[in-house]
Amino acid sequence: MNALYIICGLGVASLVTELLNLKKWLIPFIVAGIAVAVAILFRDWNSSVHYFHDMLIFDNVAIEFSILIGGIAFFWFWMAASYFHEETHVTDQAALVLFVIVGAFILTSFNNMAMLFLGIEILSLSLYVLAGSKKDSLLSNEAAFKYFLMGSFATGFLLMGIALLYGATGFFHLDKISAYVIAHPGGMPVFFYAGVLLVIVGISFKVSAVPFHFWAPDVYEGSPTVITALMATVVKVGAFAAFFRLIAYCFFPVQSSYHIILLVIAVLTLVLANVTAVYQSNVKRMLAYSSVGHAGYILLALVSGGAAAGNTILYYLAAYSVATLSAFGVLIQIEFRSHSSNADIFDGLFKRNAFLAVVMTIALLSLAGIPPLAGFLGKYLVFSLAMQNGYELYVLVGVVTSLIGVYYYFRVIVAMFFKAPASEPLTTSFSLKLLLLLLLALNLALGIFPNLVLVL
Amino acid sequence: MIVVLIFWPLAAALLLFAARPARVKQWAFVASLIELLASLILIFRLDKDGSVQFVTRIPWIDSLGVDFYVGADGISVLLVLLTTVMVPFIILSSFDHPYQKPHSFYGLVLVMQMALVGVFTARDGFLFYIFWELALIPIYFICLIWGGDNRAKVTLKFFIYTLAGSLLMLVGLIFLYLHTPQTHTFNIQELYRVGHSLSATQQGFYFWLFFVAFAIKMPVFPFHTWQPDTYTEAPVQGTMLLSSIMLKMGVYGLIRWLIPVLPLGVHQWMFTAIVLSVIGIVYGSAIAIVQKDFKRLIAYSSLAHVGLIAAGVMTLSKIGIQGAIIQMISHGILVFALLYIVDIIFSRTKTRIISELGGIRSQAPLLATVFTVVMLGSVALPLTSGFVGEFLLINALVKYKMALGSVAGLTIILGSVYMFRAYQRSMLGESNSLTRVFVDLSRREKIVLYPIVVLIIVIGIYPSPVLSISESAVTNLLQIVSH
Repeated sequence: MNALYIICGLGVASLVTELLNLKKWLIPFIVAGIAVAVAILFRDWNSSVHYFHDMLIFDNVAIEFSILIGGIAFFWFWMAASYFHEETHVTDQAALVLFVIVGAFILTSFNNMAMLFLGIEILSLSLYVLAGSKKDSLLSNEAAFKYFLMGSFATGFLLMGIALLYGATGFFHLDKISAYVIAHPGGMPVFFYAGVLLVIVGISFKVSAVPFHFWAPDVYEGSPTVITALMATVVKVGAFAAFFRLIAYCFFPVQSSYHIILLVIAVLTLVLANVTAVYQSNVKRMLAYSSVGHAGYILLALVSGGAAAGNTILYYLAAYSVATLSAFGVLIQIEFRSHSSNADIFDGLFKRNAFLAVVMTIALLSLAGIPPLAGFLGKYLVFSLAMQNGYELYVLVGVVTSLIGVYYYFRVIVAMFFKAPASEPLTTSFSLKLLLLLLLALNLALGIFPNLVLVL
Repeated sequence: MIVVLIFWPLAAALLLFAARPARVKQWAFVASLIELLASLILIFRLDKDGSVQFVTRIPWIDSLGVDFYVGADGISVLLVLLTTVMVPFIILSSFDHPYQKPHSFYGLVLVMQMALVGVFTARDGFLFYIFWELALIPIYFICLIWGGDNRAKVTLKFFIYTLAGSLLMLVGLIFLYLHTPQTHTFNIQELYRVGHSLSATQQGFYFWLFFVAFAIKMPVFPFHTWQPDTYTEAPVQGTMLLSSIMLKMGVYGLIRWLIPVLPLGVHQWMFTAIVLSVIGIVYGSAIAIVQKDFKRLIAYSSLAHVGLIAAGVMTLSKIGIQGAIIQMISHGILVFALLYIVDIIFSRTKTRIISELGGIRSQAPLLATVFTVVMLGSVALPLTSGFVGEFLLINALVKYKMALGSVAGLTIILGSVYMFRAYQRSMLGESNSLTRVFVDLSRREKIVLYPIVVLIIVIGIYPSPVLSISESAVTNLLQIVSH
């Protein structure tokens, strides 16, 4: 909770720095602040404190997901430092990003449907603005508009669902709803189940699961690339933390009512997203579809494991986020030079800058699930969990989609190593090199010493 | 001990980056020689009682029951030795190739060696899978970065094809893992025990999950379609790694991770597997006969040879498996020598098309003599290493089913057809504009090829030391199967 206060405080502070003209120090200050917040989260481990009449519970699940979000945010600000250098509205944007993180923190720790709603809205509203922050770009405007429209719809579904749940049980608290359901076996009105489904649909929008993913590619493509990186990591983790909390703490007793639907969503997400990714010629769109595809694996874990899937999901998200961040780190560098995000900007990168090429390759190998990188172990855990619960057939679907994934990730790798370079060599700043090295080390460390995360 | 063998190449690969670009290949060679010396210690300290030795077992991922568990019996030691012997030769054979970015090239070769040694010594299913996949990454990049013109498509097909097999094996491994008692484990003994406890139908199903993975790697007909193109497009050192060491991973997988784990499944499907392998023998040899490109010819001949090896292993007899092991070693040496000879010819004439060559023997008698020995080895003439293996393998097949044995025996006849034809067209006859001026073997080429010739003949005349190393390990293995 203290971490949440700190991030809120940072957000307000960054608005104030505009007045005090301290912009130069803003980003280092924020990075330090986030580091402190993460440290505090570590200290809170095993404390499980309840706030505001149990509306927020910082139990271990909340803390581990919050640490992940905080960690990603730390690296994200580091990565985005150069982007903020050129922006005129540094302070506003930094504040908005911090509020996104606040929303994500709430999503990891809510125990009340109202808090779920608040978390999602804090997160989304900031993102709508950030998506459109490249004001002179039509695509960016379109992204913001589309995201806003779709997002409002999703929120509508969510609210309707929450209302129905309240109507059926008389409670907003997750634990009380679930206790009520257990106390009335077979006695729930139909609109309770409708409520469950509507909430699941609302969250599915946020994690961009098929068929609620249509906004994702356009929004990812149109937004400034740093913001896309934020969406693909922090937002994804927050949304999945919320999804897991909902399923594990609240809906699990009525699993049979939504189980088939969630399974269909998972399979559709796996298949459609990965197949569509093959046809993308824009790297940002490709990464968008790949991020949708990864949502499919996490959903598979969620469906098959239920409450037991927490560690698997956490590990998968950590592996995915580390790899995605390094991929975006490289993409931002290259895009900055070539002013485009078409696939051909990666042509001959190995000859232009071998370091960036190697980092990108390792990130993509991890996303494709090749050992000994973290992405492999993530997939392994998902498959193992699913098979343990008798979902062998769906694991085979996952295997096939992984192969499709290899195909489109490797197209970028082939372009980097095989094609002739399109332009002159690239140089990278020391700070970015260090960041990418750290992410690379983290990727390997997660893959080789997964105990660090799995013992939680 | 084995830990050193696994991690030294990796450390060396990283150390290479400190070397000056012009010196990288020498350092890589030195590193691989050190590895070779270290592996020789294994041979001398090995007890030939068939037990698993040099064991290191460190808990790795506790929560998943995964250990870093390596060890070696006679079978593993021989394959490790094949790896550590061939890699220095492969590096030495690359000295005349000015590879761009030599740090990356030799680094990848060494990482490849690490993965191969790991595959041959892992005794934990998860660890085995990691090394198995890890072997794919360096060879993919070696082919992608330094390969021929058409490499991008071909190598991607190769990668996805083999990865598909691997993922099936992963699913199979998870199946077995979930059958082990709570706080599951990937420990090989436990997997043996669990595998035996499964019903015949289950084993029959799991058999395919594993078999397809190994069959793609070897490759056995009809899973071979990635192979000829990849062999042709890969740089010659890549092809050497692929054919002389990497395809043995598949055979080793059969011996260690399929037959003892799922004996009932193997019994159920052994006939099918042997028939597929024998088809591969005939098919590979027949196509090799009509190949114009020398490297493609070797690719198809490799398909034929490995088909025989797989068939021998699947007979589940001692001579079959013993024959397979010695044939793996012999084939590793022979195919390396063949590829190197083709590479030498290519470096002088800039062609690999057999019909464009001719009359090389008159210009380069030494090369022709070496080629003769290698050719005789690969058509399994008695007193060459090829003979021992093929004799045992065909013997095993004949004992299993006379008809299959006789068809498999065709490999020797068909093999002589394509090898003699290739020899005749390239070495004999009139020399033409391409071969008129043909420099004979250089000193470095002699350093590579002479020891190979010696190996071919020594193993051919006196194979029993090699056979005795793996003998009791094979007996133990078959005991596990019959229990």
